[in-house]
Amino acid sequence: MRKLTAFLAGLLFGLGLLLAGMTNPRKVLAFLDLAGAWDPSLALVMIGAVGTAIGPLAWARRQTHSLLGNPMQLPVKRELDPRLVGGSLVFGIGWGIAGICPGPAVAILLTGHWQAMVFILAMLAGMLLFSALETRRWMPFSP
Amino acid sequence: MTLDWPNFTPWSSLAGGMLIGLAASLFVVSNGRIAGISGLIGSLLQRGNEGLGEKALFLLGLLVAPLFWGVFVTLPPIKFQGGWFGLIVAGLLVGVGTRYGSGCTSGHGVCGLSRLSPRSMVATACFMLSGFATVFVVRHLIGA
Repeated sequence: MRKLTAFLAGLLFGLGLLLAGMTNPRKVLAFLDLAGAWDPSLALVMIGAVGTAIGPLAWARRQTHSLLGNPMQLPVKRELDPRLVGGSLVFGIGWGIAGICPGPAVAILLTGHWQAMVFILAMLAGMLLFSALETRRWMPFSP
Repeated sequence: MTLDWPNFTPWSSLAGGMLIGLAASLFVVSNGRIAGISGLIGSLLQRGNEGLGEKALFLLGLLVAPLFWGVFVTLPPIKFQGGWFGLIVAGLLVGVGTRYGSGCTSGHGVCGLSRLSPRSMVATACFMLSGFATVFVVRHLIGA
């Protein structure tokens, strides 16, 4: 059952991205282009998404387990550290260059565009680079 | 500032956003997990993480969404900017940045803002700001 809801949630998420127009990098870039012909659509996507999820997430915060019995795994970190700020700034630069973020990158992978493949391979390489650097960082402390 | 009225899609974007919010709600309410795409992919790339099956199935659902969509209606347009070099640079920055920043537009933007998380508010402000600045530089200063 948990596997089914996970799949359905992912599918709904992807259909939402498609309906919202967020799988089109040009549309995302038109939102980020304040000095050009500005397309505010992405702001409405955020309003629709947050407006819908705010109630269920408020409920989830008060639970120890999900409806299907998984432990509730919400982020616990509170501090505003340089990694959060620096990482997010770097992500925004990449987002601004291509108009693609991780969700849409996965959602357009099977639409037959070579650009989606190139982007996601580079993104995975970036994530693996992060993992490798993190492992090295913690090496002195591991047995 | 000029609005791009012909391409502005308020209703379908609002409805799509609600669907995204519904999906994020379903994942957290039934599976107890945050629908953050960069976090889900990142944890599949690391060893020894729990819930790999559920995480992989969420991503599989996301992956096959255009195939489902295509059964009923034609896919919306997907238009890219720039060539392979720009895509590689962008992909690397998105990969490294989202992992260091612990999230992307879905994890921080949708889920984090919905949780009223201060960390996610800061992160969202940061990637929005650098996104705006980058497009300004690329389109209006360099003129690519």
